[in-house]
Amino acid sequence: MSALLQRLNEEMGDVADDARRSLVQVRSGRQGGGAGAIWRPDGLVVTNAHVVRNRSLQITLPDGSNLPARILAHDPARDLAALSVDASGLPPIELGDSRTLRPGQWVMALGHPWGVSGAATGGVVIGVGENLPEIPQSGREWIAVSLHLRPGHSGGPLVDDKGRLVGINTMMMGLEVGMAVPVHEVKTFLEEELGKEAKESR
Amino acid sequence: MPEILTSLSNDLAATVESVGSGVVRVEGRKRLPASGVVWSPDGVIVTAHHVVEQDDNIKVGLPDNQSVPAALVGRDPRIDLALLRVQAEGLTAPAWVEPDSLRVGNLMLALGRPGQGVRATMGILSALGNSWRTPAGGTLDRYLQSDVTMYPGFSGGPMVDAPGRILGINSSALLRGGTTLTIPAPTVRRIVETLLAHGRIKQGYLGIGAQPIRLPEELAKQLDQETGLLLMSVESGGPAEKGGLFFGDTIVSLAGQPVRHLDDLFALLTGDQVGQSVPVSILRGGQSHQLSVIVGERV
Repeated sequence: MSALLQRLNEEMGDVADDARRSLVQVRSGRQGGGAGAIWRPDGLVVTNAHVVRNRSLQITLPDGSNLPARILAHDPARDLAALSVDASGLPPIELGDSRTLRPGQWVMALGHPWGVSGAATGGVVIGVGENLPEIPQSGREWIAVSLHLRPGHSGGPLVDDKGRLVGINTMMMGLEVGMAVPVHEVKTFLEEELGKEAKESR
Repeated sequence: MPEILTSLSNDLAATVESVGSGVVRVEGRKRLPASGVVWSPDGVIVTAHHVVEQDDNIKVGLPDNQSVPAALVGRDPRIDLALLRVQAEGLTAPAWVEPDSLRVGNLMLALGRPGQGVRATMGILSALGNSWRTPAGGTLDRYLQSDVTMYPGFSGGPMVDAPGRILGINSSALLRGGTTLTIPAPTVRRIVETLLAHGRIKQGYLGIGAQPIRLPEELAKQLDQETGLLLMSVESGGPAEKGGLFFGDTIVSLAGQPVRHLDDLFALLTGDQVGQSVPVSILRGGQSHQLSVIVGERV
């Protein structure tokens, strides 16, 4: 293998490793779980609203420990939820800028597809913004990505080439297009639901 | 910091941005719009035939968000290419690359513009073969298959190599089963030049309806050919009838080439055969006969 490809492989492995440090598993009752990203060291976790189906929530941290979680905010329209676990010193995921994403840019989705813990899948940004052909009338912004999101990916981080969070893996459109909620939507959601401190006390 | 991954990611995005300035939206059907490529700065647009379902009221969305009316110059359904013309100047026509400079395993980007912005996806070149006959009977100069997923509306858009050169026009309609084929640059150039000069692709015509039929065992062995084409109908006054062909004859060869299926016949009836007298071998009442037919032109 060429030196360049070898370095590329190592770097991709590093990005996955870094992102996995902030990746959690979310289980809601007896139903299949989803993923989440650690937003703040004090236990604030972001995931999809559709992952949180009832109030009895368990979160598995990257070190394997299981903790009960409570819902701080839940917005089905944005398909976002903020959860809290009683913990401290957790490694928050580094935040990227979803407003400057460009088609063709490399991204990686982390999650637990079909229950495979901490799995990674890579692809490129197909397009960003409102009025994507996949969702013509959604009235919301999306990131369309060329990767397959599976049950268990939902709520997990979509990261860029530097391992920074750019979106929350949310659903598939058709058989081939993965859709993520942009991280700037997550910031707005947290500000509106939890106040300014949610962002500033990171 | 991941230097190579970041450079790769930035380069991919930069390539998309640069070639994307020559990728347009093609609104030629009721469903989702598709994509096209600026062939020349004076407004010639190349796209896929199957995404232009109507001959009139076609619109093209330019990269600057203008939507302009487009006229259909012509189409070649066998290759799945169509040519449009818009009233515009100073469009960006991207550079093309010959298939010979590509290798299996090379990174590829497929671009499209079914909406306002340019869209992209990535994969690798899976197969680079010699010339290939399409199911509709056209000939691609090279067989270019990739593992790039064709998203809705990407047909008619370009396949681009890492340095940002167009290797061909993507079509999801040439093969079933989701295989992404790219119509290579030399084929596109050939069709575009013919359509610009004549507005259509000249195609030979016999005036027959036929279906493949198994040849008698002895003849099959002798010819090393299992099937021929049984004539189910012969158009009155058409080239075949004028040449003495009858309903019930079986065509075994044309112009010295075996005719096993309809595809063989289509491929042999090229535009340069029009007006030519061509030898035809047939089977009639168990006997072989040699006739000749002056090939007509399909209109």
